[in-house]
Amino acid sequence: MPLFFTQTLAILQKDLKTEWRTRERLSAMAFFAFLIVIIFNFIYEPGSPIIKTVAPGIFWIATAFAGLLGLSRSFAIEKQNDCLMGLRLTPADPGAIFLGKMLGNTLTMLILQALILPILVIFLNLQIAQALPHLILPILLGTLGLATIGTLFSAMSLNTRLREAFLPLLTLPIFIPALLAAIESFRAVLEGSEITDWLVLSSAFVALYIAACLLLFEYVLED
Amino acid sequence: MNTAIDIQNTTRRFGHITALQDINLTVPTGCIFTLFGPNGAGKTTLLRLIATLSKPSSGDIWISGIDTRRNPHEIRKNIGYISHQTMLYDDLTARENLAFYGRMYGLQNLNTRIEKVLLTVGLKNRQRDRIHKYSRGMKQRLAIARAILHHPSILLLDEPFTGLDTSAQSTLSNIITTLKAEGRTIFLVTHDLARGLALADRFGILFQGQLVHEASAKDFSESDLQTLYENKTTR
Repeated sequence: MPLFFTQTLAILQKDLKTEWRTRERLSAMAFFAFLIVIIFNFIYEPGSPIIKTVAPGIFWIATAFAGLLGLSRSFAIEKQNDCLMGLRLTPADPGAIFLGKMLGNTLTMLILQALILPILVIFLNLQIAQALPHLILPILLGTLGLATIGTLFSAMSLNTRLREAFLPLLTLPIFIPALLAAIESFRAVLEGSEITDWLVLSSAFVALYIAACLLLFEYVLED
Repeated sequence: MNTAIDIQNTTRRFGHITALQDINLTVPTGCIFTLFGPNGAGKTTLLRLIATLSKPSSGDIWISGIDTRRNPHEIRKNIGYISHQTMLYDDLTARENLAFYGRMYGLQNLNTRIEKVLLTVGLKNRQRDRIHKYSRGMKQRLAIARAILHHPSILLLDEPFTGLDTSAQSTLSNIITTLKAEGRTIFLVTHDLARGLALADRFGILFQGQLVHEASAKDFSESDLQTLYENKTTR
């Protein structure tokens, strides 16, 4: 296996192993997402016709805000014991470090979403059983977009005093186009309409985000 | 004798603050060089420049003949760095930490290397424990194992004795002496004049970003060094 992918995989496995052992990030993210859905449960009548229209927005609000909570911790574990310096001392390609972290964040958020969807079904009485297979791709693309930008800005905000505030302020404005595509494609699936255009838009933004972040990450790691 | 570290007219500025000014220093291969200096003298900044973690504002640094600006990745393959921070993950075991770094360096025969370094630092029987259970001394020994896993020819040590008890300090000193006997170049930064001098072949004193003294450690007593250090670092 090329060294680049060995390094990417090493970072990914390390992050997943650490998260599995502590479950710090995922439990906080899941609880926060649960609270967001519960709040919307009080606003909208469960099972009412409007639910199909607002559920995609609720799903992505819960994902984005709970995801940002987890993303802010993504590089914090590298700061403990100065592990980030240890990583920088290796001859690892900065792109491999970025991809490893980004894939770890993507998987964590996908697990989070697998928890959010049943909560939406239960508390908002959302019928998604038949639509579920068609939701996989748009959700995956939206999550990749959020994880990509969030990973870059998580590294950037590592040494700032207001890290938790700084991260959403940087991430959300840039994520908006991909977020819009993710929400609209989710809604289109629920309504049974065509989603190809939204998927193309999502894919284009994800590709743009990944390319830009791979190029910029080297400079983020520098002193 | 070959040169391991060659620093020429190197200055490092952070905004309007000059952390290092016009440093010239040569460290021969296989030598232990100890750098003394008070807090804020620029010792860690110099170490970070040598480790390619930071770039000089002006001047040049060559490591084993390679320019740090041109090929930092190649240099990192030959550098081991130990500081008072372990650079290890508390929720991984000792073996997992070493395996992780080994993969980042792209090392072959990783299991054999891990066995060997664990034996060197005396942690073989605790290799399956998560390191948050380790004492400070054990963590520091594992940090040494991490730093020598890829067989670097140059070791950079930034205050490695900080926070260690006397026994752990002696263990670390013994490991450093063994590494020198294996032909590695060691660049040590410390406040501890006695221990730093005892290990050194050559030493330097850094004060307010300038290398104010450099000499052979041979025939230099601790009291001589103490007097010299006080003279050079008082203005």
